[in-house]
Parts: sequence; C-alpha cells; structure tokens
Amino acid sequence: MDFTRGGEATAKIKKALQLVGMEVDTIRRAVIVAYEAELNIVIHAKHGSLVTHIHPNRVEIEAVDEGPGIPDISLALQEGYSTAPPHIREMGFGAGMGLPNIQRCSDELHIDSEVDSGTTLKAIIINKSRGE
Amino acid sequence: MLDLEVSSGFGCDLISDSLCFSRPECLLITGLTNIQIIRVADMIEARAIMFVRGKKPGQEIIRLAEEKKLPLLVTNRFLFESCGLLYQHGLRSS
Repeated sequence: MDFTRGGEATAKIKKALQLVGMEVDTIRRAVIVAYEAELNIVIHAKHGSLVTHIHPNRVEIEAVDEGPGIPDISLALQEGYSTAPPHIREMGFGAGMGLPNIQRCSDELHIDSEVDSGTTLKAIIINKSRGE
Repeated sequence: MLDLEVSSGFGCDLISDSLCFSRPECLLITGLTNIQIIRVADMIEARAIMFVRGKKPGQEIIRLAEEKKLPLLVTNRFLFESCGLLYQHGLRSS
C-alpha cells in the first residue's frame, strides 16, 4: 500500500470535524484514533477503508480491512506489542502503541478479526462539551 | 516564516508518541525524516520541525512541508543536546 499517502484520510477527517465545530478534545482524540487505524491498514493490510460518521454527540470511526487479521486481540492491545516489520520500525512506527492509543482515546472500542481474512475496528468518541 | 513563535518543544523519535503527547504550536524535534513526520506535524499543528543528528529530509518531504507551510530546520546535534540548548534558552516542554 502507498505509505506516502498514509495519513491523508485522517487529515480530511480532521478538517471535517473542525468544520462542523466539534470540541477540540474530541477532534484530538478522533485524529489519534483515525491516524493509528489508517496507518495500521497501510502497514499491515492488503486494502481497507476508513469511514467516519459524525453525530452532534459523538464521532464513530470504522476501519475495515482485508489482511492478515489479529490472532490475539488482547495481546495486540498491550503496550509494546508489535508485529511491524523492521523497515517500518526504522520509520518511527512499530513501538506497539497503535491499538493501545486507539483504546485510550476511544470511549467505546470494538475489534473483530479473523486470521488471514481481515479486521474490523469500530471506535466511538463522545463529543463532551467543555465543563461536562 | 522566521518570525514564527513556538509555544513549546517536543523531542521524540516515535510517530505515535509525537501524535499523542505534543501540544499544538510546538516545535517538533526529531530524527525521523520520512514523510509521516510531516503528516503528523500537520495534524498536531506543530509550527516547525527540527531534524537532529544531521538528518536531512528528501525532496518529497520538503515539497509536502512547503505545501503545509511548515518550516524545516536541521542540526548536527543529537536530540538530547538540541533539547537541552533550547531549554536553556527558555523553550519549555509540550
């Protein structure tokens, strides 16, 4: 997949969230979730899609890919666990923080995965107004 | 662009940590010169990037940085020393 263009989808999502006036913290968390999910697809999968639904009270991010799948999801959610190849690590990835960051920034997270088939990730970020 | 002000500094060689821990309007100080550091800098609204350890970004990276209006700086100093010098001169952490 095109590593150079990885992150473009997240940049578009960020713009859309700013345009509709979501809270700054919601945007920050949604951007982290979207970027980590997007780069996971770019690094690991054959192809995939990143879809965002924006509601007044929440942002839903859905990342669906066809790829190797995740054999052990709870292991993949542990900080420091990574299956990224060495050339990806050299570029500052593969520290095993992708899924843990997604989990930390989401209010709800569902991951379904089938080995040798693909992964579906759905994250919900609640748009909390300041002071709430 | 030389008049740009940065609010803080963030030194890091990991993409995920740069995304999670840096603050908007910071100076991103890193040894990573691949295109994703520009994408991340843009997303976190960094004001500029300083490449350490004599790393020089390629043409494609410079082009994208120009498009995003992100000044790029380079130094031969290591990450620790670069951060130390900037701290000494008043820049504080993200």
